[in-house]
Amino acid sequence: MDIHELQKIVHKTRDVRRTQTLPKYSPAERDTLIKKYHPDHRESAYRPVKFGPNAGDRTVRELAALLEGESPVPADLDLTPNYTTDVLVVGGGGAGCAAALHAHANGAKVTLATKLRLGDSNTVMAQGGIQVAVTADDSPVQHFLDTLKGGHMKNDHDLLKVMVEDGPSIAKWLLDLGVLFDRDADGNLHVKKGGGSSKPRLLTCSDYTGLEIMRVLKDEVLNQKIPLLEFSAVVELLSDGNGTCTGAVLRDLDNKRLLVVAAKSVILATGGIGRLHIQGFPTSNHYGATGDGLALAYRLGAKLLQIDTFQYHPSGAVFPEQLIGALVTEGIRSEGGHLVNAKGERFVNELDTRDVVSSSIIRECEEGRGIRTMSGRVGVWLDTPLLDVEHGAGTVAKHFPAMVKQYERFGLDISKDPVLIYPTLHYQNGGVQIDVHGEANVRNLFVAGEASGGLHGRNRLMGNSLLDLMVFGKQTGTTAAIRTAKMPQGKLTLDHLARFRAEAKKHGVASAVMSPMVLPAYAKKE
Amino acid sequence: MGSETFDTQNVIDQEEILRPKMVTVEIAGKTFQVPEGITVIKALWYTGQDVVRGVGCLGGFCGACATYYRTKDDPKVRTCLACQTAVQDGMSFSMVPPFPARKAIYDVSKLQDPKQDLFTLYPEAPLCRNCNACTEACPQGIDVREGVWRAVFGDFKAVSEMFMDCVMCGLCTPVCIADIAPNLVALYASRAQGAHFTDRPERLTHRIQEIEEGRYDAEWDRVLSMNEQELKDLCAELK
Repeated sequence: MDIHELQKIVHKTRDVRRTQTLPKYSPAERDTLIKKYHPDHRESAYRPVKFGPNAGDRTVRELAALLEGESPVPADLDLTPNYTTDVLVVGGGGAGCAAALHAHANGAKVTLATKLRLGDSNTVMAQGGIQVAVTADDSPVQHFLDTLKGGHMKNDHDLLKVMVEDGPSIAKWLLDLGVLFDRDADGNLHVKKGGGSSKPRLLTCSDYTGLEIMRVLKDEVLNQKIPLLEFSAVVELLSDGNGTCTGAVLRDLDNKRLLVVAAKSVILATGGIGRLHIQGFPTSNHYGATGDGLALAYRLGAKLLQIDTFQYHPSGAVFPEQLIGALVTEGIRSEGGHLVNAKGERFVNELDTRDVVSSSIIRECEEGRGIRTMSGRVGVWLDTPLLDVEHGAGTVAKHFPAMVKQYERFGLDISKDPVLIYPTLHYQNGGVQIDVHGEANVRNLFVAGEASGGLHGRNRLMGNSLLDLMVFGKQTGTTAAIRTAKMPQGKLTLDHLARFRAEAKKHGVASAVMSPMVLPAYAKKE
Repeated sequence: MGSETFDTQNVIDQEEILRPKMVTVEIAGKTFQVPEGITVIKALWYTGQDVVRGVGCLGGFCGACATYYRTKDDPKVRTCLACQTAVQDGMSFSMVPPFPARKAIYDVSKLQDPKQDLFTLYPEAPLCRNCNACTEACPQGIDVREGVWRAVFGDFKAVSEMFMDCVMCGLCTPVCIADIAPNLVALYASRAQGAHFTDRPERLTHRIQEIEEGRYDAEWDRVLSMNEQELKDLCAELK
């Protein structure tokens, strides 16, 4: 059938649906739904890690292979440094730039290495906003509780308290740098309500929040003249032989050479794992989201946590084929957009947490109430035209210009016709275990942002990622800079790699998988 | 995914989606056959090319994949983002290498007179000759030329609003006959607008003060001393 024929039921049922209020699921119903339909509970996709700090812990097969994978660095590499710095920041997204700026502001000599360009990241795509408790009837404690509930009570309380309490000063820091958040008529910050939050708390820059923040931070890194190593991927960390991180080995992606960086401390801000396409899922993530930081930290002895839980964003585009995996922002649901199955029915409170909404979409599709495309995909409708009906013509165009543009390129008008969506691999909930300063259990190895774990529990709330990046970018950058000021550079060894290789051999892992992945192999070679 | 349970009525089975047609495209001067409708970036991968420079977010936000293209028999060379543009038969395209535009270095917090400082930082900005090539080059549909003039006339607020869509692909820079980098001028104006011409939100200032003064300490003590079940019950009450 033609797509417009199938869309008719959405238009036809709109007025009836507008009169309905769907209650959120009770905690027990949530648990049942998630256990039955959420991809985190698909046992066949998981296996235990064979050795290392997380030996025996279950994770997805794709990540396990990388954690046990082989380093591209030869044991006899000449470790004479090509670069020397106080703080090496790995990653050029939101967390990396924030860490670099704070380390620099605290007097450290900083070098920022990134495998793509400065700013190429997931941050730049964040459309939903940044959660900061600023309104009179909201508070950091309320923000804490919402996040805890969203994370299924598994969040690290100390990390979470740091994040929510620092939110307002982070907002001020960004404003001072020139970030233009949306305002109310009285000049106060405009707030929107995000999924799983009890209060409106999202600060936004229309639907370009991540882009606006990234543009400004990137510009500031350049203005502060922080030395950059672009198109340089970290492929191994270095230690002093006694468990302290002392630098890294980079691969220059242009000439393929290995370069040694001596650094008093290293901040990993390498982001997530979407491009591993766990369980075959499409992803909303950027080209470089290959989990490099996890593999690097793991080989050096850092403990990971909650590596069995991932976030599948409820609304990834399913049609047209060119947009597969791309996000349809949660903002559409925040403003009242309905999720509608093939029978024209709503089936979940659209503002429930992402894991609940995703699980319910998967349920609809598995039980035959989805819409199939002939490329073998399946999805449900997101009623975007409803926003214009509810809030007046032009609402979609005004509030979601990025979204409108994305679909317009393929001749689709989302203010007139609903869009087809299905969950897409979006975020790594867990990561490297850190303390409140962002330090791993390996001394002088810091981790900020998505690569770290514990803060978000088993499900991250919308808008908490941008805040995480800024807060733990600041924590790591500041701590690393202050500490390195009175510290000599440690010696550079690959001792940990020899130990890792011996252990791999002992456990019979003759891995053909090179790790980290650096970039996905999409180029068709046969 | 349990496809046997599907109602066959709910299938989008338009012919063009059923069997992708192969089309002929020219990539950097060389001819290839690729499936119609895939993105320009996927066409590069389909033809076996490793792309390191020229791919970033793959979502149309980072501006890494700026590309020049031309459609069949049309002499007009257009610009696009490779991750957001579908290939069509007879299309010819090349990715655009980074352009060495000059970015002014400044400390946004220390600007004394941002609207005047523009002319020191970007002295070429007022030399716009109105050719409009920048606007035509913008894949985001921004009226770039108008934005440069607004910046020159000190209407930084308008610039910041017009350029909120800017992905910094830099396609406006190589076409400028006055050597202006409009995206960088706009970024400067936007940051200055935010840092110098926008009032600090009162409520935010108040909240920061409350936190510093320990206004929430008692509440924190209460919540953080709860056992797991008490916390769970408290969270369950949240709507």
